[in-house]
Amino acid sequence: MPENLSYCLTDTIYALSSGLGKGGVAVIRVSGSRVLDVVSRLTGLTHPEPRYAYFKPVRTSSGSVIDHALILYFKGPHSFTGEDVVEFQVHGGRGVIQAILTALGEIPGCRPADRGEFSRRAVINGKMDLTEAEGLLDLINAETERQRVQALGQMEGVLGRLYDNWRDRLCHHMAYIEAFIDFPEEEIPPEKLAGIDEDIQSLRTAIQNHLNDGRIGEKLREGFQIAIIGVPNVGKSSLINALTHKNVAIVSQTAGTTRDVVEVHLDVDGFPVILADTAGLRERADEIESEGIRRAVQKADEADLILHVQDGTLYPAVEPLPPGLSLKTVLTVWNKADKMREQPSDVMCVSALTESGIPELWAQIRTVLERDFGRRDNGMITRERYRTALAECVRSLDRALTVSDLELKAEELRLAARALGRITGRIEAEDLLDVIFRDFCIGK
Amino acid sequence: MTKEYDIIVIGGGHAGCEAAAGAARTGAKTLLITHHIRTIADMSCNPAIGGLAKGTVVREIDALDGLMGRVIDKTGLQFRMLNASKGPAVQGPRAQADKEAYCAEMQRLLKGYPNLDIREASADDLLEENGCICGVMASGTVIRAGAVIVTTGTFLNGVMHVGPEQTAGGRYGEEASLGITPALKRMGLQVGRLKTGTPARLDKATIDWSKCMRQDGDVPARPFSFMSSDFQPEQIPCYMTHTTPETHKIIEDNLYRAPLYCGQIHSVGPRYCPSIEDKLVRFKGRDSHHVFLEPETRNGNSIYPNGISTSLPKDVQEAFIRTIPGLEHVRILRYAYAIEYDYVDPRELKPTLETKKVSGLFLAGQINGTTGYEEAAGQGLVAGVNAALQVLKTGRTLVFDRADSYIGVMIDDITTLGVDEPYRLFTSRAEYRLTIRADNADLRLTEKGIAAGCVGSERAMAFRRKKQALEQARRLIQSMVYTPKELQSFGFSVNSDGQKRTPFDMLSYQGVTWAQLTSVWPLLKSITPDVAEQLEIEGRYQGYLARQQLDIEAFRKDEALKIPEDTDYTEIGGLSNEIIGRLNKTKPATIGAMMRMTGMTPAAATAVIGYLKRK
Repeated sequence: MPENLSYCLTDTIYALSSGLGKGGVAVIRVSGSRVLDVVSRLTGLTHPEPRYAYFKPVRTSSGSVIDHALILYFKGPHSFTGEDVVEFQVHGGRGVIQAILTALGEIPGCRPADRGEFSRRAVINGKMDLTEAEGLLDLINAETERQRVQALGQMEGVLGRLYDNWRDRLCHHMAYIEAFIDFPEEEIPPEKLAGIDEDIQSLRTAIQNHLNDGRIGEKLREGFQIAIIGVPNVGKSSLINALTHKNVAIVSQTAGTTRDVVEVHLDVDGFPVILADTAGLRERADEIESEGIRRAVQKADEADLILHVQDGTLYPAVEPLPPGLSLKTVLTVWNKADKMREQPSDVMCVSALTESGIPELWAQIRTVLERDFGRRDNGMITRERYRTALAECVRSLDRALTVSDLELKAEELRLAARALGRITGRIEAEDLLDVIFRDFCIGK
Repeated sequence: MTKEYDIIVIGGGHAGCEAAAGAARTGAKTLLITHHIRTIADMSCNPAIGGLAKGTVVREIDALDGLMGRVIDKTGLQFRMLNASKGPAVQGPRAQADKEAYCAEMQRLLKGYPNLDIREASADDLLEENGCICGVMASGTVIRAGAVIVTTGTFLNGVMHVGPEQTAGGRYGEEASLGITPALKRMGLQVGRLKTGTPARLDKATIDWSKCMRQDGDVPARPFSFMSSDFQPEQIPCYMTHTTPETHKIIEDNLYRAPLYCGQIHSVGPRYCPSIEDKLVRFKGRDSHHVFLEPETRNGNSIYPNGISTSLPKDVQEAFIRTIPGLEHVRILRYAYAIEYDYVDPRELKPTLETKKVSGLFLAGQINGTTGYEEAAGQGLVAGVNAALQVLKTGRTLVFDRADSYIGVMIDDITTLGVDEPYRLFTSRAEYRLTIRADNADLRLTEKGIAAGCVGSERAMAFRRKKQALEQARRLIQSMVYTPKELQSFGFSVNSDGQKRTPFDMLSYQGVTWAQLTSVWPLLKSITPDVAEQLEIEGRYQGYLARQQLDIEAFRKDEALKIPEDTDYTEIGGLSNEIIGRLNKTKPATIGAMMRMTGMTPAAATAVIGYLKRK
């Protein structure tokens, strides 16, 4: 990979854009100024009509046919990247794909695309702003319905428009203040200035409200953490098994060491949920186990919901929550209901063994999820990067409201507007672009 | 053929004066050619110097040992600090000038200037050999020189409009300059046309002053020049009146007779200095506009009514002016006119104001699409000093950037963006305006001027003394460290956070002044007023200045990436023809300048960067 891919923007890039592995159809995308040359060399097609499908044999440079392909040509700027783009739909065998990629590599000025390079070019060419590109990335990675909806909204520009609108409002006020500064003799009525502080205040409130979102958007992107904690042998692992047995789809399972935290990714009514089994909590433990317990408490502390598992055979003797855990939404769950003499109706009794009570526990969890994270606002903050910039913006607005000097007020508004501009990528920050597009995968 | 002069300056306006003086001061044998020596430094329009941003430019010219500041200090009639109620970063000194005295003083200085000759002649052609300028054809005589600076202002193919009457000329009663435009075009420079205007002049004795509001200058008055000491000018008042609904009705009824609206004038005038008919069209609904009555000289009878420039016919001018309170019986000494003139697309220029196409040809002032005496003078100085540095083969240049001066902001704006109306400076054009202020022009620029060789020894010595005193004062005030408790006992409202602070830190607190510090710490009274002013302002803005310094460092990183002049943009793949056209036209000097060009896309910018890196 070159040290900075922006320096190779003049190259024509290509990549397999569909998934790796055997498939019926594979899509190979090419973007850049040499696209027409590529089409003519591989297929003999010289003046492809944009947005028309052609069916042609694709050939190597020596003329032998690799495969028959559906060819779609998009003329820049009316394409995904804003450059000339061609897509080859070929049969999805590894041999075919490899042969075409090799043929592309032999064309002068063509090289394999880097991670996220297609999207990056789309941003650079103004086809989308940064939040939209990040929405696209989230859409590609979306595993649940709610993630898909949130990502789609962002890709369609919900956040970008919100931030641009705020920025425009600031610029409007800046223009008035500047006029007031630069034309002191031009009879600008002072009423024009009077409304500005009021609107800055309301803008500040709007941004602060947007920030006080309980991080729902980020949670939705990253998954809601449910930590299962309890002393050893209350049946935490069997409870996890019971919980994941029915009604939910296991997305993935990452097993750590036995003493580490085990996570299961689930799709619960479209909520991405991460169920974390933790090491048993007990006071006297050896060194390795202590580390496991430390992690368990830490995990529980980061969680959005704690399932505190109790031994039903000891009911009503309650094992207290470990110290150092801040106040959280905690559901106390009495396991081993099959061995309990009675099951009080006001507590949650389950049996990991017989799975009695499991549907009720899920219903409770769903209630909590819906209550805490079910808000479906348009445009939630999905990344820490936005949060940092918005907080910076609020700080500048706060200062803008307290300084009395007009030139300092103008300076603070400029900084506030710049912070907002950084989110959508209005500022040409090469470094920022590099960081962001590193998360993309090849071919996107 | 041997050259007679190192440098020839064509034109004796405000750009020409600073260009000639700057070149001569830098050591070049210089000739100033002008139609009439008696009109050197004439103020064609308003009798005033300075204003917001413009006043800062005058200070910058002065910091580089130019003339404008010293001349206005000697000949000003009234001195005011504009925006005095706002912060120091957006204040601008402005002075009413005695225009006759100003001309006389400037002429006196130039006549006595070492290395400088002045000749009355008409420059009819520019002489070029192999892409290099080699002289001027002046009133039929060839004068050879190593560089030529053209500062022809509104004289370049000037046409004046008073209603339907059109007269060729560069200023009221003076002939135009006709030979230069064909020469510029022959050399391949892009020439366009702009418009400006000036109001009528009124007879002082026929104005009813009792109906006008008096405006006095500041007491004490503050000078422009860092070298002016014991400044106690004798000031006279200005007066203010206003247009009335009757004024507006007359103008609106006769709009069809205004050359601007009947199609006679096609060129674009300055949006920020509009004619009165322009103001009425643009700000419909306002039933009054200010009119400032400014004396043109101390003892003469000519009054300049600021705010009613127009190109309407004479009978309309007579009629509408007499509807203004105080002017009911006024006698018009000279009618208002609009003037159209040629300018060269400033994207033809390097940051030194040399044209990219013709070596040794420099342009300064209105010919570059700007408006204003101060803007012109600032460019004149840059062109003059750089032409001298080039002809004398010093290998040095004197180039400014957006972070060190308004001159830098202006030259960067016009050379990278071009102009579509006469360009005027504003403080809002300067993104680092908290840093580049009127008060610290010397601290920003004098050192640079000394290095270039355009600052005389007298100023250099005075500057070094001030700088030393400032550093000493900084050390003193920073060494005075107090606990919050101590500061509270002095009456400052400081948080009890255990953090120790200096009196300098106190200045960033709202409402804390230097006077307050000296009453608490009499030791600080030993600091001289000019140094104390610096500390007070630096203290007030300290947080902002530190942050801006970080921005400036990032900005300078881009500016440090030079683009070779001979870059062939067609060789770079992936650029649209439009972008190639723009790049070829502007030929930006640095990566930073390229990114600021209009119509520049990040894609194109990165393509160019990539190309340059590979080379």
